[in-house]
Amino acid sequence: MSGTALLYTDWLDEMEIIFESLLNGLLMGSIYGLTAVGLTLIFGVLKVINFAHGSILMVGMYAAYWCITLTGMNPYLAIPIVVPLMFYFGYFMQQFVIEPVFKVEKDVREPITVIIVTTGVWYILDNLALMIFGAKYRVVHTSVTGKLFELPGDIYLLQPKVYGFILTFISGLLLFWFLKTTLMGKAIRATSLDRDAASLMGVNQYKIYRTAFGIGTAVTGLAGCVLVPFYSVYPSVGIIFDIRAFIIVVLGGLGSIPGAILGGIIVGIIESVGAMYMPSTWTELVIYGLFLLLLFIKPTGLFGSKHDF
Amino acid sequence: MSLLKIDRLNTGYGDIQVLFDLSIEVHQGEVLSIIGANGVGKTTLLKTLSGLMPASSGTVYFKDQEIQGLPPEKIVGLGIIQIPEGRRLFSLMSVLENLEMGAYTPKARARKDERLKEVYQIFPRLEERKNQLAGTLSGGEQQMVAIGRGLMAGPEMLMLDEPSMGLSPVLREETFRVVKKIAETGVTIMLIEQDVKHSLSISDRAYVMERGEVVMEGTGAELLVNPHIRKAYLGI
Repeated sequence: MSGTALLYTDWLDEMEIIFESLLNGLLMGSIYGLTAVGLTLIFGVLKVINFAHGSILMVGMYAAYWCITLTGMNPYLAIPIVVPLMFYFGYFMQQFVIEPVFKVEKDVREPITVIIVTTGVWYILDNLALMIFGAKYRVVHTSVTGKLFELPGDIYLLQPKVYGFILTFISGLLLFWFLKTTLMGKAIRATSLDRDAASLMGVNQYKIYRTAFGIGTAVTGLAGCVLVPFYSVYPSVGIIFDIRAFIIVVLGGLGSIPGAILGGIIVGIIESVGAMYMPSTWTELVIYGLFLLLLFIKPTGLFGSKHDF
Repeated sequence: MSLLKIDRLNTGYGDIQVLFDLSIEVHQGEVLSIIGANGVGKTTLLKTLSGLMPASSGTVYFKDQEIQGLPPEKIVGLGIIQIPEGRRLFSLMSVLENLEMGAYTPKARARKDERLKEVYQIFPRLEERKNQLAGTLSGGEQQMVAIGRGLMAGPEMLMLDEPSMGLSPVLREETFRVVKKIAETGVTIMLIEQDVKHSLSISDRAYVMERGEVVMEGTGAELLVNPHIRKAYLGI
């Protein structure tokens, strides 16, 4: 009799642990999604895979890190400073670095040279960061770092991850609203669907590319702000997120914003629940396996259509 | 009076030249047809006029202003609107959003509501379907959106590239009727067509293109009875 009761409490404990990792996976996954939204948006409009994406995240993280460290402000107050700065960083990077190459390869739908240019930007940014800030892992201690929310049933959630989850959904909804209702948003969608037809409507496609690149970079900057309170910053931090972002974006459907967030959540949950049953290197295997399987069954990804975001 | 004047225009893709010293004049308020078989350079001509393709040499005047080399958005801003071949709708956007995109330039945006009413008057069908995704419409309805989207810009000159392509005979007739109706409101029309009979019958003047050159010009009525045209294009 007491044996079954013990088994029952074991089972209950186990369920609680699974539920906790499920929630943690959901939170971390949504943040992975946020790191991938910019990549998918830029791809949707420019049809270019931005290999400098991880480095842009790294720049965003350093920007947030210095904002918080130098002023001691609340980590989330760095957002209104970092996000606009990152918008212009992306806007001008598109205008002065990518656009000249893009114009030369105007008739190519997915220009390889542009991909090479973004790879160059990746190396330059990572090495600049190494030169300026050194290889040191930097951790910022903020008012939310390491703090936990306690939920009934002995479930603990890291506060910065909860805030990250909330910010992911707020920014996702804002972006969705912007693309669906504003004139600029509609022009961005039209350009992503048919750039020449959009030109015939009087849309300056290069301005759209700059704006889209700026928005993609700004969202990635937001992801940087969200990560900094619980993730260390170092020059090559982007690479880890970059590879994950590529998988997430393809999983969710290239060019789809809800797809990126959902893809992020799937990866986050596999990582976190999987870690209970196998070594974490094996969760990677599951993620890649699922990724290949999905490519096999539905090559366009979960939300993959001709992508209207 | 000539609204658009093309003077010895040469264009091509890389080493392949498509247009050879092409000279064409479009008069204010007329319906002008450019006819010719597949691959003679009609679409290339329109793309060059819209600024989507660069010209290798030659001049294009619109109301005595040189426009070759201007980017597409500037050309649209002048009131030269192209309705491209194959409709090229924004398939995952609604009918209404497609029409709104037509009125993208600041000048057109100011009169958007008024023009939307006009477009719905010409194509009541579009008002019924305004919230439907453009890609899910039938071919005929898609052509209505394409024409409506062009009208939203408030064109001075409307260039239509094969508007009757892929439509049933009844819808073709309807399309040509609409084009004529638009012309009657004072819009200058440049019509590119393979349906020679219908396009000549609504045209004031026409040019015949072969291998990137103009080989013949005349009024619509003249060309309709021309033996060469009858033999080569009308199969009579």
